[in-house]
Amino acid sequence: MGTGTEVGRVRGLGSAKSGTHHWIAQRITAVGNALLVTWLVASLAMLPAYDHAAVSGWMSQGIVAVPLMLMIVSVFYHIRLGLQVFVEDYVHDDGLKFATLILVNFYAIGAAALCLFSIARIAFAGGSL
Amino acid sequence: MLVSILHRVTGDGLAIVGGILLTWWLWAIASGPAAYESFLYYVWAADAGDVPGLIVNVLARIVLIGLTWAFFEHLFSGLRHLVLDMGAGYELRTNRRWSKAIVVAAPLATAALWIWLCVGRAG
Repeated sequence: MGTGTEVGRVRGLGSAKSGTHHWIAQRITAVGNALLVTWLVASLAMLPAYDHAAVSGWMSQGIVAVPLMLMIVSVFYHIRLGLQVFVEDYVHDDGLKFATLILVNFYAIGAAALCLFSIARIAFAGGSL
Repeated sequence: MLVSILHRVTGDGLAIVGGILLTWWLWAIASGPAAYESFLYYVWAADAGDVPGLIVNVLARIVLIGLTWAFFEHLFSGLRHLVLDMGAGYELRTNRRWSKAIVVAAPLATAALWIWLCVGRAG
């Protein structure tokens, strides 16, 4: 193990052992997204109306709220992984990279929480918001 | 090359713009009819006399159509990636054919969906 070049410093240390997990999680959520977002787009396209009563009434059904919640988890997990790759590839300053990755995590988890709370509220109100 | 770059651009675009819009939409529905009305007002239909509102509408519709295209492009090239992950489709001719098909299919799917939403539904 040398100290000269970047590859020399890491050679022989082995992998960080999180790359495979990242890769598999990205694929699993990709399949989840392909099914669930396609379902959402098709369902929205076929809704008879887009006023509040129609949309919230539709969304308050268990058969809609549950897959929608699953979609939120799958989508924002995938978003977290994808934005992480973007940051790791294009943000080269270590400090800025650290800060941006924190921001990515806060955004993905925070937005997912807002979405899940919203869907739960709509579902438990039973279309009477 | 182009398909790879588009996969990244559409993915990160969907992640940020699509993610924020999805969150705003769900939060607005959960907050009641008034909040949902203001969401629709800015994203879709401002009053006829409200010029800044109408400009926002036009921009929002461009964003919506852009997101629809980004969704189809990312979906199709994502499916391509899943096939490549299985070790299939690396022959040069096959690879090029599917890459071209994706770049053509995404705008077609976008146009088909919006034409149906704007024209087909009404009839």
